[in-house]
Amino acid sequence: MAAVLDIITWVFIVGGVVFCLIGGYGLIKLKDVYARLHAASLIDTLGVGLILVGLMFQAGLTLVTAKLALILVFIFFTSPTATHALARAAINHDVLPEVETEEERELVRSTKTQTEATK
Amino acid sequence: MTQAIALAAALTAFWVLLSGYWLPLIIILGVASILLCVFIAHRLDVCDHEGHPVHLTIPGLWYFPWLVKEIVVSNITVAKAILFGGVRPQVLRVKASQSDELGQTVYANSITLTPGTVSIDVADNVITVHAIMDDTADGLRTGEMDQKVCKLMGDPVPESGSVKA
Repeated sequence: MAAVLDIITWVFIVGGVVFCLIGGYGLIKLKDVYARLHAASLIDTLGVGLILVGLMFQAGLTLVTAKLALILVFIFFTSPTATHALARAAINHDVLPEVETEEERELVRSTKTQTEATK
Repeated sequence: MTQAIALAAALTAFWVLLSGYWLPLIIILGVASILLCVFIAHRLDVCDHEGHPVHLTIPGLWYFPWLVKEIVVSNITVAKAILFGGVRPQVLRVKASQSDELGQTVYANSITLTPGTVSIDVADNVITVHAIMDDTADGLRTGEMDQKVCKLMGDPVPESGSVKA
């Protein structure tokens, strides 16, 4: 039984590590801030998720598993917020995505936050 | 009031899970901090249907597994694109058919949580999205997620294909 749990843990953790590595590779390889956000989101969804689930199998039905589940829930709620904040910060400092058409860039530029200073 | 009670219950469960001790002193400290938190939340007026959406618990049981499935699928799609090519960054706008800000927030957050799409702006029922490849952008254009979030929020579900904004 313990061996089965160990194997399941290995599968999940190795899976998580693979997604973390691909995400890290994407962070280096992709061209601009916006594209890199997508690579980062690989890490904080399946990368973290699979590793935590793997750890839950090691902890069994204990308080530790409940805490790991809570970590997972909080990451799921906070990481989109952080991603969105990064994108907003980039837009507000006139960093525009490298896309094919000028209309798309204009769509992004038009969402810049209007402050007293920029009006 | 319902929200305040639900918040107190959630905080109690949270506290018990994190503590795991049943000593009288610690229990008293826990109860005191929970009451203080609920009082502050009540004073700040964040204890409403937006700050603490308990009414979404039951519909959420249907929505959340679907979202997890979407996350897994698009994780694999984006990972393939990073490794083997197929990256084509693009910006698109989709309609958010939800009737209130809570629903639109849930939709925009779901878009960002799903790899391959990041919502960069929400205004007047329109969400501006940055997508990394055609696949994930087209997935959003079908409007399936919009419909699922409408169902979750109890809003009238839009017909498919009405997502172009």
